Amino acid sequence: MRFNQIKEILKTKTVGIAGCGGLGSNCAVALARVGVGKLIIADFDIIEESNLNRQYYFQNQIGQKKVSCLKGNIYLINPDVEVIDHELKLDSKNIPEIFHNCDVIVEAFDKAEMKNMLIETAYDHIPDTPLVIGLGMAGWGDSNSLHMRKSHNIYICGDEVKEISDSMPPLAPRVGMVANMQANTVLEILLNDQ
Amino acid sequence: MNIILNNRAESFSKDMLTITEILKEKNYTFKMMVIKINGKLIKKHERDTAQVVDGDDVQIIHMISGG
Repeated sequence: MRFNQIKEILKTKTVGIAGCGGLGSNCAVALARVGVGKLIIADFDIIEESNLNRQYYFQNQIGQKKVSCLKGNIYLINPDVEVIDHELKLDSKNIPEIFHNCDVIVEAFDKAEMKNMLIETAYDHIPDTPLVIGLGMAGWGDSNSLHMRKSHNIYICGDEVKEISDSMPPLAPRVGMVANMQANTVLEILLNDQ
Repeated sequence: MNIILNNRAESFSKDMLTITEILKEKNYTFKMMVIKINGKLIKKHERDTAQVVDGDDVQIIHMISGG
């Protein structure tokens, strides 16, 4: 498929991104570059200096809301992408409302409890929507352990082992690899669907 | 019984096990897990009663912080 044909398909698609940190910001940017028509992004957080080691934000955005900055950054890359931003903490009540029209949902939270909550909520309310989740991307090196595997309608990206800790921080290269692996999986779902 | 556990074939000596028993037998001590039997989500409070029998497809996904 030529890029023009790919763009024609992708511009009709909507992807939800739950969380705009290391996974969400990088995944959203990759999807915007290839021309996904609509991105629905949600996060409650503001940008801190410590986020800049991996998240798609800039020094002059410290202290501002992640969702509005990500929307602005995406606009600078590809103004044709429609970005719907929700500044809120996602929970089991608002997730079905916000993401029910999405072709795919990307799980991009940092905490295990939130990942679990999203999977259970989606299962109960929007069970037919594919979920692309990020599991295990702390530290550095060990590129070969990163993988994608499918479990029914859940697509798991990461090493499924390395949890973040003080001695195993999340860093741009490996977080970016998993974020882009998630974006790549989204394309696989959207384009193979045709 | 023979089941599929995380996309791999596994054999257990018993004909039926609960999810709690499988976790114990496999020595899975993860704090947070998403568990499915034949695609049906098994919530935490159902682990003691949810039964796995021959031919079942069991998915145990370990939730890990980071993102």
